[in-house]
Amino acid sequence: MVRFENVGLRYGLGPEVLRDLTFHIEPHSFQFLTGPSGAGKSSLLRLLFLSLKPTRGLISLFGHDIATLSKDSRATLRRRIGIVFQDFRLLDHMSTYENVALPLRILGRAEASYRHEVSELLSWVGLGERMWALPPVLSGGEKQRAAIARAVIARPQLLLADEPTGNVDPSLAERLLRLFIELNKSGTSVVIATHDIALMDKYDARRLVLHEGRMHVYE
Amino acid sequence: MSTNSRMADAPYDPEMAAPARTLLADSSRATPIVPRSSISGRALVAVVAIMTFLASLTTGGVMLVLGSAAEWQSDVAREMTIQIRPLPGHDLDAEVNAAAEIARATPGIAEVRPYTAAESARLLEPWLGTGLSLDALPVPRIIALRIAAGHPPDVAALRAALTAKIPGASVDAHRGWIDRMRAMANAAVAIGIGILVLVLVATVLSVTFATRGAMATNRPIVEVLHFIGAKDAYIAGQFQRHFLMLGLQGGLIGGIAALLVLALAGFVSNLFLGTAAQEETAALFSTFSIGITGYAAVVGQVVLVAAVTAGTSRHVVNQTLATID
Repeated sequence: MVRFENVGLRYGLGPEVLRDLTFHIEPHSFQFLTGPSGAGKSSLLRLLFLSLKPTRGLISLFGHDIATLSKDSRATLRRRIGIVFQDFRLLDHMSTYENVALPLRILGRAEASYRHEVSELLSWVGLGERMWALPPVLSGGEKQRAAIARAVIARPQLLLADEPTGNVDPSLAERLLRLFIELNKSGTSVVIATHDIALMDKYDARRLVLHEGRMHVYE
Repeated sequence: MSTNSRMADAPYDPEMAAPARTLLADSSRATPIVPRSSISGRALVAVVAIMTFLASLTTGGVMLVLGSAAEWQSDVAREMTIQIRPLPGHDLDAEVNAAAEIARATPGIAEVRPYTAAESARLLEPWLGTGLSLDALPVPRIIALRIAAGHPPDVAALRAALTAKIPGASVDAHRGWIDRMRAMANAAVAIGIGILVLVLVATVLSVTFATRGAMATNRPIVEVLHFIGAKDAYIAGQFQRHFLMLGLQGGLIGGIAALLVLALAGFVSNLFLGTAAQEETAALFSTFSIGITGYAAVVGQVVLVAAVTAGTSRHVVNQTLATID
């Protein structure tokens, strides 16, 4: 599904922040991406959702070499990836329902065709009563769940989450982890970037550890 | 029981999603992805309205001048004049008759009307006043010729035939007047096109700045759309829709204002019907109206300005999106 071979990344003329990354992400797999702050987790996530291009090496996503893809093809590929941003990135002028429905709306689907799907998902993540609330009045945990719902509504093959438990209390963090595990069981590959060791200890999964720009994989 | 505790109690299966109550009464009322309030619309509408107003007034003016010039040209081009200067030892009346005969014999001349001595003298009244005896003055005589439609005469042959027989005769085909009118009409059109181009350039620049401002304000929205897989054309369309509406709004305000001003000018011109000022205006412009073509041109301009506004915003959005990837 995802294949990195000798991937390196540097910003401008600065030092390489990621060096010689070689790893695979298999379909239906679950992994934590971890490492100390500044190790390059966010940069690696940006490479994974095609927001950055590597300065060297090969990245293959769903069987496509991303270096050879056109801009529109990259956009089409992004639709197969769900992203949960650390800062949620919900659109403040749209209701929770509309935020979650956004990936379906950009596909040109009529609202009536996804209404039930979105409301069901919102109920499932515990936001059934809050679907018409605007993001500014949601709590941190509610925003987090809305962001997760938006990331999975289009049933992506790969889900990337950047510090999804960074802003929530331990009990909610555990519930979010259960949510990701359920998504993984329904067939989505999950990559959770976190440095919450307590969270990782709760679920036995593959760990991709970044240290000083290099990756160590613990199966 | 809190809503949170319901989360993930059962595996999520979209295929099994139960029918839910109606959530949106009308999907067409979906919130715009780019909020209209985030675009500094009012100032842009005002700029577009002013630009369209100026462009429409210019077009109206050009149409007025063009219409009148065409009318003058056809009037003038349908006539020619033979002038016979009195020369010592020549019988002027006989020469006038001879010249009239030559003119009648020339193919392409539909009507020949020699002015009598009294009529010729009357032509001088505006300059010399009435009551003067002009017998002592060598007043030239005029023969007005009306040219047959579609068969212009050979002016050079007529001139040669006349001067061979009558040394004091000359033919004025009014070519100089026609050329000057044509030059004036062309100059008016050139000035009009120049102003239109300036107006469009100013509109493009205003829209460019407004779009850049809107893109900067809405950058988080653009990034989210980009990362969830929206194509550039879709994102640009979200902005273009707003700018097309702003352009249409401004264009309509400016166009309608210009049409009102033109209509008012026509109304005021009718109010002074019969006065010397109105006669002068009527002599220049016959009727103070831009006609159906003029109105169509103003409507066309409104559409053009709206299209330029939308097109410019799309171009600027695409340029900005190119820097994100």
